[in-house]
Amino acid sequence: MVGMSATANTQAGAMRELPLGQGAWAQTARGDAAARLLEMGQPHKRDEYWKYTDPTSLTAVEASKAEVFDDDESPLFEDMDMLRVVFVDGDFDEEASSDLSMENVEITRLANAAGADIHWAKDLYGVLEARGQTPVKRPLAAMNTAYATDGLLVRVTGKVSKPIHLVYLHRDETSDAILHHCISVEKGGDVTIIESGPAAARFNKCMEVEVADGAAFHHVRAQGRDHERRAATHMFARLGRESSFKSFTLTFNGVLTRNECIIELTGDDAAAHVAGAAVGDGDFHHDDTVFITHDAVNCESRQVFKKVLRNGATGVFQGKILVKAGAQKTDGYQISQALLLDDDSQFLAKPELEIYADDVACSHGSTSGAIDEDALFYLRSRGVPENAAQNLLVLAFLGEALEEIESEELAAELRDRLEAWFSRRHG
Amino acid sequence: MLEIKNLHVELEEEDKQILKGVDLSVGAGQVHAIMGPNGSGKSTLSYVLSGKDGYEVTDGSATLDAVDILDMDPEERAAAGLFLAFQYPVEIPGVGNMTFLRTAVNAQRKARGEDEMSAGDFLKFIREKAKSLNIDAEMLKRPVNVGFSGGEKKRNEILQMAMLEPKMCILDETDSGLDVDAMKLVAEGVNALRSEGRSFLVITHYQRLLDHIKPDVVHIMADGKIIKSGGPELALEVENNGYADLLAEVA
Ligand SMILES: Nc1ncnc2c1ncn2[C@@H]1O[C@H](COP(=O)(O)OP(=O)(O)OP(=O)(O)O)[C@@H](O)[C@H]1O
Ligand SMILES: [Mg+2]
Repeated sequence: MVGMSATANTQAGAMRELPLGQGAWAQTARGDAAARLLEMGQPHKRDEYWKYTDPTSLTAVEASKAEVFDDDESPLFEDMDMLRVVFVDGDFDEEASSDLSMENVEITRLANAAGADIHWAKDLYGVLEARGQTPVKRPLAAMNTAYATDGLLVRVTGKVSKPIHLVYLHRDETSDAILHHCISVEKGGDVTIIESGPAAARFNKCMEVEVADGAAFHHVRAQGRDHERRAATHMFARLGRESSFKSFTLTFNGVLTRNECIIELTGDDAAAHVAGAAVGDGDFHHDDTVFITHDAVNCESRQVFKKVLRNGATGVFQGKILVKAGAQKTDGYQISQALLLDDDSQFLAKPELEIYADDVACSHGSTSGAIDEDALFYLRSRGVPENAAQNLLVLAFLGEALEEIESEELAAELRDRLEAWFSRRHG
Repeated sequence: MLEIKNLHVELEEEDKQILKGVDLSVGAGQVHAIMGPNGSGKSTLSYVLSGKDGYEVTDGSATLDAVDILDMDPEERAAAGLFLAFQYPVEIPGVGNMTFLRTAVNAQRKARGEDEMSAGDFLKFIREKAKSLNIDAEMLKRPVNVGFSGGEKKRNEILQMAMLEPKMCILDETDSGLDVDAMKLVAEGVNALRSEGRSFLVITHYQRLLDHIKPDVVHIMADGKIIKSGGPELALEVENNGYADLLAEVA
C-alpha cells in the first residue's frame, strides 16, 4: 500500500507524491508531517523509547504476511444499536457501513473531505500529533499524518445518542493500512467511539481528539484476535476545562501491538482515564506507551493497565505523568500489573513521574507476579474446579481495568469475551 | 466418617517431618476437638486433609466414608463433603463474596450430578444463612474477605460452611479473634448444622468454644502426633494446667 512504501522512499530521501483527493486543506499538514518524519527518521531498536519493542517490522517496506484468523465468535457488540463504519484492510466499505448521518454529529471521510466544510479539521489534523512530538519523537504518527489513506473526521456538537463503531476487518494477508481519524468534541458534546477488529496485516492508526470545555469523550477498543497482526496506534488528546476523556483498550494476542496514548490536560478540572487489558497466549507482544501532561489546575489522570501473559507472551508498559509548573492540585494515578501464568512470559515496565508543581498527589505502581496460590487453593477447597478458579482470579485481576469502562453494557460484553477466551484455553 | 491412620507428612520443599503418625477416627454425627501447643501440626493436618500443595504424605492414610481422599484434588474432596474453615481465611480481591459462593455451591452440585441452584433460590438461601450469622448484605457484595475484620472473616467461613452443607467440617481456630457474642453466633451456627450425618473436627486453643459446642472426644496433639484422647474434661485440664503435665506423661 501507498503509505508504508512511500515512507521507505521518504527515508531514502525520495519524497513520493502525497495521497491525492483528500482535500487541499490537508496538504500542508501532510507536507509538514512528511518533513517532520524526514527529519526525525524512523524509530529504531536502539532508541530509548523503543527499548522494549522492536519497531523493525513496523517500518519495513512490506508488511509481513498475516494469516487471516478464523474468528468463530460473533461480531462484537452485534446486538447493540450503533452507527457502524466498516473498513476492510483499511478500505472503507460503504455497503457494510451505516448511513453516516446522525443528530449532533457530522461525520466525513478523510478520503473525500475536499468538498466538505472542514475548517475545524484543519485546526486538528496533524496538529495534536505535531504537539505530541515533544519531548519524545513519534515518527510512526508523523508518517501516519503524511500518508493516511482514509479515516473519519468527526465533529460532535451535542450529546450523540449512540456509539460510533469503527469496525476494522482483515481479509487480505498482506494488507498494510493507514487510517487517521480526527474527533472534535465541541462544548457540551458527548460521544462514544468504539473500535474493534484486527484491521489489517499491518495497521498504522492515528486518532486526534480535541475535547472542548465541558465535553466528554469515551473510547472503547478491542484489538483482536488475529495472531499475526501487527499494529502501531497513536491517540493524541487535548482536554479543555471540565472535560472528560476515557479510553479503554482490550488486546487479544497479535504478534506485535504498540499503543501510544498522549494526553494533554490544558483546561482546569479535567479528567483523563486510560486503561487497558491485554491477554497474550503465545509469542505475542503488547506495548502500552502512555504520556500524560498536566498543564492545568485540579486535573485528574488515571492509567490502569493489566496484562495476563502465558506461553512466551511479552507485555510492555511505558507510562509517564508529567506535571508542569503551575499544574497544582494534580491528582495522578498510574498502575501497571502483569499476571504471568508461566515462567516463559515477561513483563517490562517503565513507570515515570516528572513533577514541577509542589501541591500534587501522584502515585504509581508496577507489579508482575504469578497467580496467588493461596487464593487458588481457597477457591478449590470450596469445590471450584482448578480451571474455573484460575479464570475467576484472572478476571478479578483484570477487573480494575475493565471497571474503567463507563458503559455497563459494553463492559459486560468484553468481560464475556475474556471469559470465553480463558475458558477456551482450558478446554 | 473420617478415618486417619498412621499419617506421616513431610514438607515438600525441605526435608522436614511435621506429622509423625496421626491416628484419628471421627464417627458420623460426632464432634471431636483437637488442642495442642503452637506448631504441633494441627493446621498442617487440616491442610493435608483438604489437599493443599506443598506437603508429602510419606505414610498412612485418610479416608472419608471409606474412600481414600489423599489422591483427590481439593475440589473433589469438597464435592465429597469435606470442608475446612481456615485459620487464616484468604482475601481474594476482585471476586465478590456472593459470586464466589454461588460458583462454589453450583460447582459442588454439578460434581455430584445435581441440578444447579437457581439465582432466586440461592439468594433466598444465602440471605437466610447470613442473617443468622449476623452478616449484613453489604459484606456479601464485597470481595471475598477483603477488608473484613478478623471476626468477620471467621463468620464468613461459617457462612460458607452453612451454604455448602458439607458432611465433614474441620474448623481451624474459628474461635480465635472472635468477640464473646460472635463466638456464640458461630457456635450456634455450628450447632444448627449438627446432625447425625455430619461430623466436626474442631481445632481450638480455648475451652470456651467447647462450652458452646460440646465435643464427644478431645484430642491433644503434640509434635505431630495425638498424644492423648479423652472426654471434654481433657479440655478443662489443658485450660487449667497447660500442656506441661500432658507432655511429661508421654515423654
Ligand atoms: N510450609 C511450611 N514451611 C515451613 N514450615 C512449615 C510449613 N508448614 C508448617 N510448617 C511448620 O510445621 C509446624 C506445624 O505447623 P502448624 O501450622 O501445623 O501448627 P499448628 O499446630 O496449627 O500451630 P498453631 O496453634 O500456632 O496454629 C510448625 O513448626 C510450622 O512452622
Ligand atoms: Mg494452626
